[in-house]
Amino acid sequence: MNVYVTMATAERVLRQLRRDPRTLALVLLVPPLLLTLFRYVFDGSQMTFDRIGGPLVGIFPFTMMFVVTSIAMLRERTSGTLERLMTTPLAKLDLLLGYALAFAAVAVAQAGIACGVAFALLGLHVQGSVVVVIGLAVMNAVLGMATGLFTSAFARSEFQAVQFLPAVVFPQLLLCGLLAPRVHMAHVLYIASFAFPLTWAYDALSHAVAGTGSAKIVRDSAILGGVIVAALALGATTLRRRTP
Amino acid sequence: MAVIEIDTLTVERGRVPVIVDLSLGVEAGTVTGLLGPSGSGKSTLMRAIVGVQLVTSGTVKVLGAPAGSATLRRRVGYVTQAPAVYLDLTVAENLRYFARVLGASPRTVSAALQTVDLVGYERRLAGTLSGGQLSRVSLATALLGNPEVLVLDEPTVGLDPVLRRDLWAAFRRLAEHGTTILVSSHVMDEADHCDRLLLLRDGQLLADDTPAGLRARTGKASLDEAFLSLVEATA
Repeated sequence: MNVYVTMATAERVLRQLRRDPRTLALVLLVPPLLLTLFRYVFDGSQMTFDRIGGPLVGIFPFTMMFVVTSIAMLRERTSGTLERLMTTPLAKLDLLLGYALAFAAVAVAQAGIACGVAFALLGLHVQGSVVVVIGLAVMNAVLGMATGLFTSAFARSEFQAVQFLPAVVFPQLLLCGLLAPRVHMAHVLYIASFAFPLTWAYDALSHAVAGTGSAKIVRDSAILGGVIVAALALGATTLRRRTP
Repeated sequence: MAVIEIDTLTVERGRVPVIVDLSLGVEAGTVTGLLGPSGSGKSTLMRAIVGVQLVTSGTVKVLGAPAGSATLRRRVGYVTQAPAVYLDLTVAENLRYFARVLGASPRTVSAALQTVDLVGYERRLAGTLSGGQLSRVSLATALLGNPEVLVLDEPTVGLDPVLRRDLWAAFRRLAEHGTTILVSSHVMDEADHCDRLLLLRDGQLLADDTPAGLRARTGKASLDEAFLSLVEATA
């Protein structure tokens, strides 16, 4: 791979995003708006908002980035530009890391805005460190991006890619512990929940919000980092220079 | 010296044979036309030459190296049939991106724009261009970095006669400077611009001759009729 080509790709992806201000506005504004909605749905119970809102700050970026990235990558595959790029010296990793860098930059902005609104305007209160929550939010955004890149390989159309949100993300949301503590789930689901990255993301966020178990946050982050690297590596194997 | 050497190439797509036991060579510094009805295997053959096609058997070599080798990626320019252009970028942004990927100097961008007659369109968003303009942007990306071999899949489709004449003149100039050009078309009246013609039908080579040689062999004045008589003779 070549740093120069990776950076050129990241810059190109960001330019494309800039040409689409509506998507950019949705990516940046929907999470704070949803958080605001949550805040007033739980208007009578600030404690519930604190318990759910904290982790949500980190989970919104995951779902948004998952969808945006999988469709962006799908477009590259279906528009013919991917086949064209595969005849150039561009390495597969240049393309994936280029996308990763560009969307990570967006993720930082998204998580920053969501956290800013939640903490400054909605009065979200966490026992632990706000900085750790923001850091985890960015990490989850990158996780969503990496898994989105990988799953886009299995979609032939944008219709299919959009369906991966309920198919891949919703089960993880149900099992991660956000809605009900994992220990209260059917035993099979409890065991299964260990296999999903969002479980570890939620675990880290809930510890960060409660201000407990920094060792567990480190462990969870290491697991998430591993999943990100694995998803990017798997994504690289789905990019083929030769196709039937 | 043969720049493109194809030896007993067979390509199947979903068990359907698209290229059947095909062998040919393309000489350096020539303009070779790849002609044939749609579905005859032209695009598949070109994909095999640039190394993006999974082949069933046989070998394809370009500039002495197996097609698709890493060393060839800077030396072979490829234009796909559908324009491979980012519609949400401007013409200049598209070209600058491909130039950076190819490691070509930014100066080659304006030269490529000149060749495809798109000077003055640099700031236009690709998505607002006409079909013909878009395919010329796609062609320009392949010219970046002055590749030694150009593989062009129907680059003149949808272009008006003046532009087509200008592009063929540009191909001729490039060939005179040593570039080897393989260009596909299903418009026979373009065949006269080529040094050599490869007629493809059902994945097999029907003829491999000069335009004059084809006329002499078939006794027909127009290449259109020459091609038809060859097709009918083998049918």
